[in-house]
Parts: sequence; C-alpha cells; structure tokens
Amino acid sequence: MAHSAPIISSNSGVAAKLGKAIGAALIDTVEAYGEISFTVERKKLATVLEKLRDKHEYQQLMEIAGVDYPDRAERFEVCYHLLSLTKNHRIRVKVTTDEDNAVPSVTHIWEVAGWLEREVFDMYGVLFDGNTDLRRILTDYGFQGHPFRKDFPLTGYVEMRYSEEDKRVIYEPVKLAQDFRSFDFMSPWEGADYILPGDEKVGGEAPPPTPKTTDDKKDTGAGAKADKEAAKPSKRKKAAAKKPAPKRTKSGTQKKGEGK
Amino acid sequence: MSDYLDEMDHIADESDPTVGDLEIQNFTINFGPQHPAAHGVLRMVMELDGEVVERVDPHVGLLHRGTEKLIEHKTYLQALPYFDRLDYCSPLAMEHSYVLAIEKLLDLEVPLRGQYLRVLFAELTRICNHMLNIGAHVMDVGAMTPNIWVFEIREQCMGFFERASGARMHSAWFRPGGVHQDVPLKLLTDIADWLDEFPKLFDDAMSLVVGNRIFKQRNVDIATVSQDDAIRWGFSGPVLRGSGVAWDLRKSQPYDVYDRMDFEVPVGTKGDCYDRFMVRVEEVRQSARIMRQCLNEMPEGPVASTDRKIVPPKRAEMKQSMEALIHHFKLYTEGFHVPAGEVYVATESPKGEFGVYLVSDGTNKPYRCKIRPTAFSHLQAMDFMTKGHMLPDATAILGAIDVVFGECDR
Repeated sequence: MAHSAPIISSNSGVAAKLGKAIGAALIDTVEAYGEISFTVERKKLATVLEKLRDKHEYQQLMEIAGVDYPDRAERFEVCYHLLSLTKNHRIRVKVTTDEDNAVPSVTHIWEVAGWLEREVFDMYGVLFDGNTDLRRILTDYGFQGHPFRKDFPLTGYVEMRYSEEDKRVIYEPVKLAQDFRSFDFMSPWEGADYILPGDEKVGGEAPPPTPKTTDDKKDTGAGAKADKEAAKPSKRKKAAAKKPAPKRTKSGTQKKGEGK
Repeated sequence: MSDYLDEMDHIADESDPTVGDLEIQNFTINFGPQHPAAHGVLRMVMELDGEVVERVDPHVGLLHRGTEKLIEHKTYLQALPYFDRLDYCSPLAMEHSYVLAIEKLLDLEVPLRGQYLRVLFAELTRICNHMLNIGAHVMDVGAMTPNIWVFEIREQCMGFFERASGARMHSAWFRPGGVHQDVPLKLLTDIADWLDEFPKLFDDAMSLVVGNRIFKQRNVDIATVSQDDAIRWGFSGPVLRGSGVAWDLRKSQPYDVYDRMDFEVPVGTKGDCYDRFMVRVEEVRQSARIMRQCLNEMPEGPVASTDRKIVPPKRAEMKQSMEALIHHFKLYTEGFHVPAGEVYVATESPKGEFGVYLVSDGTNKPYRCKIRPTAFSHLQAMDFMTKGHMLPDATAILGAIDVVFGECDR
C-alpha cells in the first residue's frame, strides 16, 4: 500500500463475518482496494441494513450513490456507504434495480436517507418504496427526464433564458452554436472501440462490398466497344521499348568513380 | 346591533359568516432564494405560527450544475478544477478527497514533502473557511465588527493561496501524485510569521462574541441535537462534534501525514448552535498548531510523484528531454488510465465528511464520480432542528451548519 488515502481498521475477517450475518440475502462480496462491497437482494435490503446498524455497529449512512450501467439487465446500481464510528470501518452495500422495480426505502432506519434517496430518484429515476417524499430535489421545478443516466446527453434537451418580449423565463430546445465536441484521445492500439479509417482492411472487419450482378449482357461490360479497346497496343510496352530501365546492382545505383 | 354583540362574544352563525378573523391560520413564507442570511441560493418554505416555525421545507438545487455528469466527460486531470468550484470557500479541501481517491485506485505514492504541503494547505484552507463561516454566523445574529476583522485574516489566507498556486480561490493545486508546484521558501517563512500573528487578531475578534450576552442569547440552546440524532441524520464535521461525538477523520482515519500531527479534537457538550460555533473557533487554533508542525518537520525533496506515467514533467525538463515532451503531450491530451474498480474516499473538509465515490472502468475518464457533500445531510435536518424555534433562530441555525451551495447542489 503506497498511497496515502485514509486508513480504516483492518478488513481481515470482516467480509466473511458480515457475509455470514447477511445470510441468504447476500449475492456477491467483493474486496478490492481495501474496501468491501456486498451485493444483496433488493427485497431484503432494509432488513440487511437494519441488521448491520443494530448488530454490527454501522451507525451512520454516509451516502447513497446511484450508478448507471445501461448494458446490464438491471441497469442501476444503488450503493449504500456505511460508516462505523465505533469500529472505525466502512463498508458498501449494493443493490441492483431497473426503471420499474422499486428499492425498499431505508428512511425508517436513517432519517438522512430521505434526501439521498430523493437525489437518486431525481438523477436516475430509481423508485424507492416507502419514501413518502419522493420529489425531485436537485433539478429545476418541472424538469423532465433523469439527467445522470448514461443515455441522457450532457447538454440536456432544453435551455432557459429570460425573454424580453414575454417578460418571463422561457424554455426552448437546446441550440448549440457549434457541434458538441467529444474528443477521443484514447490510443487506437490500446483497446479503442472504433476502427480507424483504413484499418478495416487488416482485420477483415469491413462490411462486404455490394456484389456485382451481371444479369444482363450490358452489365458485363463486354461488346464491340470493349473489343476495340482491347485491340489497342499497350501503352506501357511502348514506353518500355523507348527507354531501357536503369541497371541496378545489388548495392543500389552506382555512383561515379565507384565500383571499378 | 345584535351582530355587533355577537362579534364581541366571538359568536358566528350562518346568518352572518365572518371573513375568517376568528380562525387563526398559519403563515407560509418563502425564506430566500435571495436572502442575505441564506448563505447562497437556498429557498426555504416556512410555515409559521406567529413567529414560531412549524415546518421548514428547504428547496435546494438552485445552483445545480451537473458537476458529476461533467466529470464523467472529462479526463481525471481535467475534472480536478470542478472540485474547486464545489465548496468555493474551501477549495483545496475538496480537491483533497478527489486526488486521494485517484491515488488509491492507482496505488500511487506521494513524496513526503508533497504530503506535508497538502496537509499544510488543507489546514490553511480550514482556517480560511472558518473565518468566513464564523464571520457570517456572527453577522447573521447581529454582530458586525468581528466579521470585518476575521475577513482580514481570510484575505491573508487568500494571499498565501495565490503565492502557492497563482489563484486566490480556484487553485487546482493538489494534483494526483502530489501538488502542482513547489512553494518558495519565503512563502513558508511568511506563513510561519503569520501563524504567530493572526491568533492575536482572531482572539480579539472572538473576545467580542464568545462571552457576549446577545450572542449567547441567540445561540445557546438553539437547535439542540443529541448524539443519537446527529448520527442518524448523517451529520459530520463540526456539527457532529458539536453534539459531543469525538469523531474527526483526520484523527481516526488519517490520510497524508495527519498521523504524524499532534492536535486535539474539540467537542461540544450540548449540541446547540453555540457549541458548533465554539468547535470551529477551537479548530482554527488547532489548525494553526498543525500548520506549525508541518513547517517544522517538512522535509526537502520532490513535491509530486516522479512516476511520469501519471505526473507530467515540468516545462524545463521538456526543453531537454524528448521523452518528457512525449509524456507531457500524452498526459495533457489522453491523460492517464486508472485501473478499473471503485473506491470511496472521505476526508475531513472544514464542513465535515467530504467523500468521493469514484468508479473507474479502466479508461482515462471516470465512469462515475459521486460527490458526497456535507451540507446535504445537515440541511436536510433543517426541519428537525428549526421546528419550535423562532423565525430569527433559523438564520443562526443555518449559520451554524455552515452551508455552501456550490457543494450542496453540485
């Protein structure tokens, strides 16, 4: 451990002990970077967190963080960061969910969860079952959509200005004075997920060219015109006959005064 | 005539309905969004019974800029200056959590001088922040002079930030791997001189308020929060310590060189606004103590990691070395890649636990960067703390939880 980030008490044995305490609700345990994350069943979240608070001294809920993984079957991850003031330890408890399935609220365990859940709802559209005050919190009054989802554009959909004619604030579809630029500085040889122009020839990834059909005779290009063209003497042969190619030795072209 | 007599006796019947004078209704008012005591853009919908607050519904988010979303579209280094703009009263403390989170994912060692400089300036930031909060708090409850005095100290802090980084507020001076630039020796000696000097002015200013009758009347026994309540409401920092919980991340979960520092953690006894205020006053003195130790013990050496795959080389080196030039170019365009994984790193910012939950997918940009603001949980408890108090107490409570909206709304 070379870094100087905050040091918490030892993790040794904690994952196994708490995993046992969580019991059947436990889906996965990950211990990485000196932090322990438990993924638990969504339906049993409230009982698990209550048990962790009352039996295992994780008194404080510091944060509820939503994360969006659009490729997964249940795209949202809701991470609860718990802190034990007495054991000086932190753990993370995660549940996964999607737009339709509500996560049980933990407002009855920690009052602080109220706003934290509201924030996850506002930003990701995750529903919390049992939160009596699930209003938007950070976005504007009357905002539509959930801005932190990965499929929500960075610029948003509407922009707001004060209209001198209407004497009020109005909303308009967002207009960009220049195209939104997203620079990609990733090395093309270090796992970039796009093909540089020309590279498709190497990997055989290129789409097959449109097959040429020769249903008609005229499609083949054959005929009197082509025959006439073919009968002409080759231009290249003429040029070759006029000027003999320079003699080449093994070491390249000879220079004056050398090679005698 | 009978109507007149009925009215005298407060008798209302269907033949002469009253206009509602007999029924007293609660009064709902807007506190903010433009209110000098709201410490920024806070709108509180207050339901008042006379002058007693029955219910408070704080509406936050008026300063929401989508910082977390913006960070997802920037490289790790480009995202750093956004942290200055969170809590613009303690910018370096915001950067601290973020750079430590990156270093934890990279498992990157910071040279000792870099760590000392970070602690030194983190504590200077704490003093700077508390000067603003203490001044604003006393002004919220009616005192004018101390605010102007402590602002002078704050101004001197700003001068030191400027001499270290070139910017008074938005320093962007803590970088993954250390700090951006070394400081001149004269700056360190000037800070040492200042550390002997400023406590006099500070003590003078505090002598005007800490024992002052009016100040005590406005703060003592206002918004008393018990230990259990403070823990359940997710309090941290001076607000938690004001309630008597001796919990300081610098002490219990030391980062950088805080484990070498000798300092006390002040705690309150009653958990009221006065305790929160006094905890901050004492923290200023403890911060000065930590800074003195930093100055005495600070070793010579590099201020940032010499790992050229993370920390860009200095310009002088680039003039001589082709490799340095390549590193510089790559680090300022593509940036460094951070191994996949997730960490939650929290440091003791002047306002409380400021955490960064950083999810990396192995690329040069954070996949998710959740910022845990301190003011969010404190402000949520506004309803719980203000209920039953008078309307003017709301400003004292707000001042004592030290809220800055850049950080709360992100």
